[in-house]
Amino acid sequence: MRIKNKFTQLKENGEKALITFITAGDPDLDTTERLVLEMERKGADIVELGLPFSDPLADGPVIQKSSQRALEGGVRTPDMFQLVRCLRKNTDIPLVILTYYNPVFSFGLKAFVKEAASAGVDGLIIPDLPLEESDELKKITSSQGVDLIYLLAPTSTDERIKRTDKKAGGFIYCVSITGVTGVREEFSSSIENLIKRIRKYTSLPLALGFGISNPQQAGLAAYYADGVIVGSALVKIVEQHGDNPDLLIKKVGEYVGSLKEGIPGQFSDFPI
Amino acid sequence: MMFDLECDVYMGEEDMERQSLNVFRMRLLGARVIPVSSGSKTLKDATNEAIRDWVTNIENTYYIIGSVVGPHPYPEMVRDFQSIIGREAREQVLSLEGRLPDSLIACVGGGSNAMGLFYPFLNDTEVEMIGVEAAGMGLDTDKHSATLTRGRAGVLHGAMSYLLQDEYGQVSPVHSISAGLDYPGVGPEHAFLNITGRVNYGSITDQEALEAFQILSETEGIIPALESAHAVAYLLNNKEHFKDLTLIVLNLSGRGDKDVNLAARLLEVE
Repeated sequence: MRIKNKFTQLKENGEKALITFITAGDPDLDTTERLVLEMERKGADIVELGLPFSDPLADGPVIQKSSQRALEGGVRTPDMFQLVRCLRKNTDIPLVILTYYNPVFSFGLKAFVKEAASAGVDGLIIPDLPLEESDELKKITSSQGVDLIYLLAPTSTDERIKRTDKKAGGFIYCVSITGVTGVREEFSSSIENLIKRIRKYTSLPLALGFGISNPQQAGLAAYYADGVIVGSALVKIVEQHGDNPDLLIKKVGEYVGSLKEGIPGQFSDFPI
Repeated sequence: MMFDLECDVYMGEEDMERQSLNVFRMRLLGARVIPVSSGSKTLKDATNEAIRDWVTNIENTYYIIGSVVGPHPYPEMVRDFQSIIGREAREQVLSLEGRLPDSLIACVGGGSNAMGLFYPFLNDTEVEMIGVEAAGMGLDTDKHSATLTRGRAGVLHGAMSYLLQDEYGQVSPVHSISAGLDYPGVGPEHAFLNITGRVNYGSITDQEALEAFQILSETEGIIPALESAHAVAYLLNNKEHFKDLTLIVLNLSGRGDKDVNLAARLLEVE
């Protein structure tokens, strides 16, 4: 319920959601914990934590390398739950795990979702799990009160958007462009069409991600969407300053602050 | 450019080096070969990169893969294309020998040549089928790619099959002397045939494959690909089993020209 409550509260205040992504355990788990708290302090509304996977098909080079660093540091599924448990002592911010299907499948769908829910995870994003294959997991997440968050892309047909709406929870992750995650100079101008097309068929909040890397792009995205997701741009800062946690936390905090300022308060049109 | 179609081929950096002759051939035919330096720099990583390209350029790009792995319907498509091997083998053996073979042997990485050979024989229950995986430096080391022998169920590249992975579902780095067998997964239909018991799966080490590579060259004047040499080695290692099985189809799925440099290097060191 934390995700739903957050979007409702933001809407009431005339604000849009800033959703930030970092990989759990890059550069290390303690620093990830501090980063989450700092991002919240600087204006992040929801935090996505990447549970690293060896073969992140939907990710560009920045997050691929980050996942690799975390895995080499020994980060595995139980560490992720432990991290969330620690975070929950200090924050009530909605936390979403982004990972791929195999780590979830390998842990056992039921065991994974149960552990996640009891640790305090609010949502789950699995980019390589297609809608058609998601029934089993969806049943489990629903029973555990975890939102299974679905992705829609510019290539998604109206028919698919309708079917996704029937299953989706939390918010819909709208992928701004065809492709993988990463920092891009140019930010697709077709997002207006994408958001409007998806909005026709769903009353869930729409968060836009992929390729959004600076305050100006975030502002543009927030003009149409209810939330803005930024990942690679932050992970790049982790890559640059991973060896100096104090500086890293300061830099990430500043960047999140600038993103928040770039997102002006606007009307969100999803019904409460 | 053949058929006036641009063709980009993703290939692991390590495989480009191991299979440089194949790289040259692809370039000669007009393809652009793009080296992949992520992960283990082999087939798995090249597949990741090809899929990333595909989702990026989906509007104007068609994805194809040469093995029976990946999301539906690719395993089925590749099997059907490759089954020309089994259809011809079945027709030829019937016309030459007047009966079905006792046994079929083929190497299995992703498993396309094996699926192609086996598929037209699946209903011929008297025909034994053996798929041979790469045991690399040994099944008890972490340097092999014997997925069916040592893996467990997992999901990679859009399909559920056996997968070599750690306790938490992270895909393991794998190894084989032959680039074509160096893959942590296996075609989902092989997983099915393994579970039903219709096909038996064994494995052969790098060393055994290299020996078979030499033996077949010396005795028949045929230089097999190192991949196919795994199938040859299986036959040589199991003479007792094949004593009364006199009609055997062994799939020499590739020529060894591409492997002679690597083999020369390895054999000279010894």
